[in-house]
Amino acid sequence: MMLAIPLGDALFTVAKVLFAVLGFGLGIAALLGWVERKQSAVMQDRIGANRASIFGITIIGLFHPLADAIKLLTKEDFVAKGARKPLHGLAPIISLGCGMFCLAVLPFGGVIEFAGRAWDLRPIALPMGVPLVLAALAFGVHGIVMAGYASGSNYGLLGALRGAAQMIAYEVCLASALAGPLFLYGTLDFSQAVQWQISHGVWGIAVQPLAFIIFLTAGAAVTKRIPFDLPEGESEIVGYHVEYSGMKFGMFMMTDFFESIVICGVVTALFLGGWAIPGLDLPSRGLVGGTLMVASFVTKVLLLLFLLMQVRWSLPRFRFDQVLGLGWKNLLPLALLNFLATTWAAYLWR
Amino acid sequence: MAITVRAVVRPARTFATEIYLVEIARGLAITFRHLFVNLFRHAMRALGVKGLLPGAVTIQYPEDPAVLGARARTRHRLLKRDDGAPRCTACLLCETICPAKCIRITAENAPDPMIEKRAKTFDIDLGMCVFCGYCVEACPVDAIHMDANEVAISSYSRKDMIWDMPELLGDKPKLSSKPVWS
Repeated sequence: MMLAIPLGDALFTVAKVLFAVLGFGLGIAALLGWVERKQSAVMQDRIGANRASIFGITIIGLFHPLADAIKLLTKEDFVAKGARKPLHGLAPIISLGCGMFCLAVLPFGGVIEFAGRAWDLRPIALPMGVPLVLAALAFGVHGIVMAGYASGSNYGLLGALRGAAQMIAYEVCLASALAGPLFLYGTLDFSQAVQWQISHGVWGIAVQPLAFIIFLTAGAAVTKRIPFDLPEGESEIVGYHVEYSGMKFGMFMMTDFFESIVICGVVTALFLGGWAIPGLDLPSRGLVGGTLMVASFVTKVLLLLFLLMQVRWSLPRFRFDQVLGLGWKNLLPLALLNFLATTWAAYLWR
Repeated sequence: MAITVRAVVRPARTFATEIYLVEIARGLAITFRHLFVNLFRHAMRALGVKGLLPGAVTIQYPEDPAVLGARARTRHRLLKRDDGAPRCTACLLCETICPAKCIRITAENAPDPMIEKRAKTFDIDLGMCVFCGYCVEACPVDAIHMDANEVAISSYSRKDMIWDMPELLGDKPKLSSKPVWS
């Protein structure tokens, strides 16, 4: 089976996956560390981090992610006395791996005609991309619980329980919110969802606004960012990664950024028309169309990340019972009602 | 004066506030306004346009001087009489009231027959000082002030945190100490 794939296709797939995970994912994740500092600073009438310099050149603080990486890599990798060492090392890898994997399934572009053959711009072309992303995001909970359990600290374990309770609550909302739009699109494939939006000439956010809001809210909760950052709580709450230091801690931080990118990518694909640009027939334009597809998708993801970052720096944090109450008592029933209303409307409309 | 009570009306919990989204939008409107206004000011400043408010209230402290309030209590300063002699009469009131016990004065007879005593040495250990300002309040002859407008007082050893009388009078500059390992 594997041998039947031509070498060119295999290389192309590897290149696409490398671009999605390392180029796009790691690049944006590093950039987000800078955006987080600068955006919060400017909206709070501050200047923000601007001291990291190379030979006196600072370029508005862009070297700070680099300084972060160097610092995290050179710090002592401390493992507590009672820690279960193999699990302790495995936990951040699982967390980060789940986030990275999701990036490879996102539809960066459609199928273009170039050099006499068709090129599929999705890194991994799968007919069931949506449930795969949801499953991988849900599997990330294992990393958190493992981190709390393996750190040999009761505080870490409590933080892990908080994180697991919150993430499981919101994974349910995440999947339920997608039930409505996916029923309309009639597919579990990101590409076909984008195609549906193009052929109907309308973006998902217009036909499923409630699902959009629920998904974005639940997405913010799953990525454990403010106002839902109770599992980690930057400085004042003891979280699941309390016994982690150095790059292992950095991997947990990166996971948040990767998951944010994934959530924004899914929202873009299912609600904001994916790689489509209104009024342009991109698939028929060969290489230019393909470039525009990727550029359009990345731009939409970046704009969403900008919005999420602004939300993260504007809202106060919820109390833990409020977080779970919002998830189970408000968002989940709303998502299910939205699904019922969608099916009913589709039945009446047929 | 009669006591008046002002009833503060709590904001009503309407549907708009309960679903939270409207309030989020209002909050985001404020933060977005700040973001774009400040970005615009930063951009204009970078382009060299004058006359706009600064985009940030930050003071880049070590490069730009610290902005101190008019009543800020900073490093101590000993004052002199018109003839140049220190005003201090070694009454030990400041040493007595000092809660941190950081002032050490030794007295001697003054040559002026109208003045009983003067300070022979006057040391303040700024490493122990809590900057309460009691010494300034206690002084009957207005000999000590806390208005040197110097807040970056530091050294590499505890001994060098002690300022003696010529340094406090401004007759001798306080030499910055070297780290012990150099």
